[in-house]
Amino acid sequence: MEKTWNNKAWFMVLPMLLLVAFSAVIPLMTVVNYSVQDTFGNNQFFWAGTEWFTEILQSERFHSALFRNLVFSFIILAIEIPLGIIIALNMPRKGLGVPVCLVLMALPLLIPWNVVGTIWQVFGRVDIGLLGHTLESLGINYNYVQNPLHAWFTVILMDVWHWTSLVVLLCYAGLVSIPDAFYQAAKIDGASRWAVFRYIQLPKMNRVLLIAVLLRFMDSFMIYTEPFVVTGGGPGNSTTFLSIDLVKIAIGQFDLGPAAAMSIVYFLIILLLSWVFYTIMTNYDAER
Amino acid sequence: MARIDLNHIRHAYGPNPKSDKDYALREVHHSWEDGGAYALLGPSGCGKTTLLNIISGLIHPSHGQLLFNGQDVTNLSTQERNIAQVFQFPVIYDTMTVYDNLAFPLRNRGVPEAEIDRKVRETLEMIDLASWTNKKARGLTADQKQKISLGRGLVRSDVNAILFDEPLTVIDPHMKWVLRSQLKQLHQRFGYTMVYVTHDQTEALTFAQKVVVMYDGEIVQIGTPEELFERPKHTFVGYFIGSPGMNVMPVQLAGDTAQVGSHKIALPSPAMPADAKKIELGIRPEYIRLGREGMPVTIAKVEDIGRHKIVRTKLENQDIAVIVAEGESIPADPHIAFDPKGINIYADSWRVGGN
Repeated sequence: MEKTWNNKAWFMVLPMLLLVAFSAVIPLMTVVNYSVQDTFGNNQFFWAGTEWFTEILQSERFHSALFRNLVFSFIILAIEIPLGIIIALNMPRKGLGVPVCLVLMALPLLIPWNVVGTIWQVFGRVDIGLLGHTLESLGINYNYVQNPLHAWFTVILMDVWHWTSLVVLLCYAGLVSIPDAFYQAAKIDGASRWAVFRYIQLPKMNRVLLIAVLLRFMDSFMIYTEPFVVTGGGPGNSTTFLSIDLVKIAIGQFDLGPAAAMSIVYFLIILLLSWVFYTIMTNYDAER
Repeated sequence: MARIDLNHIRHAYGPNPKSDKDYALREVHHSWEDGGAYALLGPSGCGKTTLLNIISGLIHPSHGQLLFNGQDVTNLSTQERNIAQVFQFPVIYDTMTVYDNLAFPLRNRGVPEAEIDRKVRETLEMIDLASWTNKKARGLTADQKQKISLGRGLVRSDVNAILFDEPLTVIDPHMKWVLRSQLKQLHQRFGYTMVYVTHDQTEALTFAQKVVVMYDGEIVQIGTPEELFERPKHTFVGYFIGSPGMNVMPVQLAGDTAQVGSHKIALPSPAMPADAKKIELGIRPEYIRLGREGMPVTIAKVEDIGRHKIVRTKLENQDIAVIVAEGESIPADPHIAFDPKGINIYADSWRVGGN
């Protein structure tokens, strides 16, 4: 058969290009557009150049929000990844326990984020909340509305409750894919429980763990809804993470220029850190 | 090394087995000598892997006792039994180097490093992977990986037995011969008790001193390759071993003659089965002569396989395979005659008489 040479195939890609353009490229470009201009309302725009970027990068407020967010992401990764692995290792591999555990694990993931926030907001209240009231009656002066440490404790506990399941499910998927022969061989070789984990289970979970770390990092770095509902970023600014701060600037103060500049910096930070994570973990993988 | 006694072992995978049908392993009662090389031969699902896993302790039998050198090990864990096992598909620790893979079972048992080094290097030499010592195990090919699995089985010299579960399935044919003869050499040199599971008769017959044929959850015969060939105890052994397998045909016995259809065949000695429902005569294709004398047959097909010809004949309604030497011609009016040396008589599938 004669082959036809022309560029008609591009039409096949067109729908996808349009979709991506409208969902990602055009909105992103609007933000870029805002970030280099100043506006005083009336839809009048003036060229501002890199002014907003300089301002954001030098702003104390941005630095502290960024720092808080990094600490938050670090803490929840440090808790959720090991905890998720431990739970996945202890989940049943067969029988009735499997569907029961899987459903229980999936439940927190199915709840809308602002509902999660509301649940914990009530849960932590001293007057009617189970957590708050219990702590109160134990003689602990718990108050997440006024005490920054308590606010952090609540937000972290909430995130662990909400997202550890994701790590569990990913790890569990990795674990069940290990053929029985590996465990049998390990028994024959006299391997200890730790050796089985270190040399069989962990290497097999490697890939899913990479995904889990990336997803949890990106998500926690962009966290907005839950802490917004529970603490509103307070007390003071103690739980004001990057996206909460961003919304305050953009919607609260209506400073479109700085907000747009901040969005771009924020986006680049996430991209950079995700790339760093990915490179480190895949390199480590290849090295071994 | 140990002598292994299987004391009335039965195993069912489901709970509460009631009839014989529920048992994957019906009843095994045998002794395997210290330093013997045994092959467990049988079709898929006959219980040979179950039996192997019972010996290694991966499965606890529903009934019966397992003894190593007269000591009851039924309730001991796999580690405590101190055996080595090689699985059908390669199991390697792919984050470790080839060297560490082999050192792993020794390190887990607290063997001193110097001793480990000596043993590992010796084993690597044996399985021909010495040049790969410090490579990561991950990048190896399937048969190299399987060699590592074999190596991990061979690296401990103090084991009670080495068990192989169809270890050469993933290895290519040329390598199979090499590895099999290496295993045989190792056996001769160190006198390990070896149990080798396979469904390949050539593999079983070349590897083992004694072949254990299993069928439907039972051991039907244990014997040397020659015994299995000449005097199969069960019709299953007859047609499972040999290519083509033994011809088995229903007969009526009368004194020292057996009647197939309308033909009478003289028996070397009179066989008198008590009251069997089914009497059969078995004869291997090697013991049938195709010529101008004997019983008239029709020829259905001739398969020329190079070394010799397999002639598929029909005696009345009975299919009979005959082996004819490559040079011999097939007569126009073919007849077959049975060599009395090759005749076996079976009552309800078990051998009761013959030569």
